Amino acid sequence: MQYLEFEKPIEKLVDKLITIEKLNSEGVDTKKTIADLKLKIKNKRNEIYSSLTPWQKVQLSRHPQRPYTLDYILQITNGNFVELHGDRSFKDDKAIVGGWGSIDKKTYMFIGQQKGRNTKERQFRNFGMSNPEGYRKALRLMKMAEKFNKPIVCFIDTPGAYPGLEAEERGQGQAIANNIIEMCKLKTQIICIIIGEGASGGALGIGVGDKILMLENSWYSVISPENCSTILWRSWDFKEKAADSLKLTAENMYNLNLVDEIIKEPLGGAHTFPQKTISTVKKKIQSHYNELSKLSLEELINKRINKFTEMGKFKNKK
Amino acid sequence: MSWFKRIKEGITTSTRQKKETPEGLWHKCTNCKKIIPFEDHKKNYFVCSYCDHHERISSNDYINIICEKKSFTELFKEIKSIDPLNFEDKISYSLRLKNATKKSGLDDAIKTGIGKIGNDSICLACMDFEFIGGSMGSVVGEKISRLIDVCIKKRYPLIIISKSGGARMMEAALSLMQLAKTSAKLHKLSENKIPYISLLTDPTFGGATASFSMLGDVNIAEPKALIGFAGPRVVKETIGKDLPKGFQTSEFLLEKGFLDFIVHRKDLKVKIKKLLVFFKN
Ligand SMILES: [Zn+2]
Repeated sequence: MQYLEFEKPIEKLVDKLITIEKLNSEGVDTKKTIADLKLKIKNKRNEIYSSLTPWQKVQLSRHPQRPYTLDYILQITNGNFVELHGDRSFKDDKAIVGGWGSIDKKTYMFIGQQKGRNTKERQFRNFGMSNPEGYRKALRLMKMAEKFNKPIVCFIDTPGAYPGLEAEERGQGQAIANNIIEMCKLKTQIICIIIGEGASGGALGIGVGDKILMLENSWYSVISPENCSTILWRSWDFKEKAADSLKLTAENMYNLNLVDEIIKEPLGGAHTFPQKTISTVKKKIQSHYNELSKLSLEELINKRINKFTEMGKFKNKK
Repeated sequence: MSWFKRIKEGITTSTRQKKETPEGLWHKCTNCKKIIPFEDHKKNYFVCSYCDHHERISSNDYINIICEKKSFTELFKEIKSIDPLNFEDKISYSLRLKNATKKSGLDDAIKTGIGKIGNDSICLACMDFEFIGGSMGSVVGEKISRLIDVCIKKRYPLIIISKSGGARMMEAALSLMQLAKTSAKLHKLSENKIPYISLLTDPTFGGATASFSMLGDVNIAEPKALIGFAGPRVVKETIGKDLPKGFQTSEFLLEKGFLDFIVHRKDLKVKIKKLLVFFKN
């Protein structure tokens, strides 16, 4: 287990627990101590996680042990998933994965940005930063889902669309714009879930849907706090301040009416209890799908369009 | 020498200043640095007569170039930016807005309204780079959105002139969602089979490119305008070397297949008119 700086007090207690549990297995009666420690850990977690700053949430959203898209898909479908590759035009983008999968025999199209856990994997997945062909692959899969009347689930977890030279040559902006407009009109249910990082157009490129759900310790904004700090303060050092200013937490986003629901994470975060987190997400997908499937496709799309066209805050007086 | 000194004093830079300057002043091209009388420059559509550099101009200038004289009626001027997140960096967003209004004389980074090209009415939205870098916040999204409602109601074609550094950071996710908002409305426009011409001018980046700017039935651009998703500096940092010559210019985008054609500013009105006739007849 890796612990972030602010999680260190928990690490200390957990280490202690492990040592004592070892003694217990060697025949020493430590039941009472163990129970005490577990309670202490719980209280410590409560203390730390109930007062996280926006920047700490950003750190959690990037925790290397946090479940990634494929972890969600594989557990949710119980392995009943077939990955589909390629945009049929240029290549297969490894930063976005997708394919058919099922939950209790109901077929869904799963799509999401995929990050890597070690150096090699991270490079392979390009840190979850997609090129235009990734967005085009995602759209191809979404259109297939529409064709066969299957709902779509998008897992959003990206530090942004890849700002490379070739990405520009192949039309990064056009690819995202096209996904956004196409997702507005897809005749099937779309559930988008921000599971980690939701940075800018790179996230929105697979982020238009009927229900937008956000995990408690994820973030969503127009720019990362680091880049915001660099641009507005001309220095990397104001990222914590930028994280505050951007109002990027799930709670902020919900209060601004920009997401529909916050998915609570277990005490200790998704990285501490990935399986429990994923099974909560699975239940949310099912219940939202059940609700959405009651609407006619026309109602569904009108509601979707109206939701997004109402977003924004301004004054309207002379 | 005194003659030259006088010219220098008369050299104008910002679009707004030009409007207030009396005749007889001079303009210095930001590209080739040559000096020409301002009136000539203006007659030449603010394009340098030596090097053909298309100077960045304001929404008012574009309205004058494209629309028939006195045919433009501004709509939704009452919609103004607020500071919904109490955003504060080195200065507060509220103050930034005040300063931008004072400096530019503009309400926000876009002007929307109805005008005429020939005898035909059009809905025109035009961005202003001078207002916080032409950034797209809630107001830009709302004005485009309402203008599209007018397009649909009156069946007028839509023209959007983009000139934007991207989404407005000080409105964070609210500004990001304007990409979805404007695109959703463009979908409605498209359903109603009303034509949309997108003119991309220098510069068009980020959120604009990733939404309405790239979604025209016809996408056109001015010569040598810089257009892209990520800014050139970011791309340069990513690849760790210098960018090839002409990267992210209109000519580059045309070659890569993202634009229908490039249009010189002096031909802009005629070309748009021609397109509109094709859509109409
Ligand atoms: Zn020149």
